[in-house]
Amino acid sequence: MSQPDILTERDQMLDWLVGAVPYIRFLGIRFDRMGDEITAHLPFQPMLIGNPAIPALHGGVTAAFLEVAAIIELSWSSLWEDLSAGRMAAGDLGPGHLPPLPKTIDFTVDYLRAGQPKDCYAKARVNRSGRRYASVHVEAWQDSRDKPFAMASVHFLMPGDEA
Amino acid sequence: MTDSLTFARQFITAIPHAQELGMVITELGDGRATIVMAYDPRLVGDPATGVLHGGAVSVLMDTASGAAVMCHPAAPMSTATLDLRIDYFRSATPGQTITARAECHHVTRSVAFVRVVATDDDEARPVAMGTGAFTLDRPRKAAPKGVV
Repeated sequence: MSQPDILTERDQMLDWLVGAVPYIRFLGIRFDRMGDEITAHLPFQPMLIGNPAIPALHGGVTAAFLEVAAIIELSWSSLWEDLSAGRMAAGDLGPGHLPPLPKTIDFTVDYLRAGQPKDCYAKARVNRSGRRYASVHVEAWQDSRDKPFAMASVHFLMPGDEA
Repeated sequence: MTDSLTFARQFITAIPHAQELGMVITELGDGRATIVMAYDPRLVGDPATGVLHGGAVSVLMDTASGAAVMCHPAAPMSTATLDLRIDYFRSATPGQTITARAECHHVTRSVAFVRVVATDDDEARPVAMGTGAFTLDRPRKAAPKGVV
């Protein structure tokens, strides 16, 4: 009985996290959950184009997509740890009642190939998540996961530790 | 305005995503570009404070950087970002226009190196700074025989 409840809660937390951010809605980014893993999905729209001659996605859009995927992965996984450890109660959370998002300290993106005018996917991996800082790596691909078109390293300041 | 500068301006104003965000070029020439983007509630990253999402600021900085490459005297035919590092110093103040000033400070035959700074109304305290390497596609010349 507890397993389905946990999964429903996980989906709900994800919906609340993602639904609260106007910029994620503006770009049209969705998140698909499989167990405790999430994949970011950016459906193609003509307004995401940066170079109409090729045509290719805007490099800034790719960067923003990677950053969004990294923030949501980090927030969702730390939220989940806090709930599991009893540091936070699910009943206290709701739309508009979520812990503040981590703040980006710096962001380094490598462009490996041009983004085609089609859907993009991204998966982030939290390499280190401490009390104050976190380091996240994120990769984006289109046709094949083995052929990422961009990847980024992002450092975050965890909420509750702002100077 | 020279032909290459007209071409650079056309290249940038034709970017669909830059149009969507209402970006406006305020300075362009000699490897320097300034582009402004008005505050837009669709680009908010933190609904509690109304602060813009870092991604939206990254898009502006990337666009200004590419524009600086395009208006370099080398007169590139096209450019694309190879890598970009952005340091976020502080949140942009909600409601204020963001300005990105990019400078292409060195070019080789096929790479352009760019620095870019983003500010809001308080220009003495930048919001973010970036460093990037961009591809540089030079106009094709008839190469002498035997030269690859």
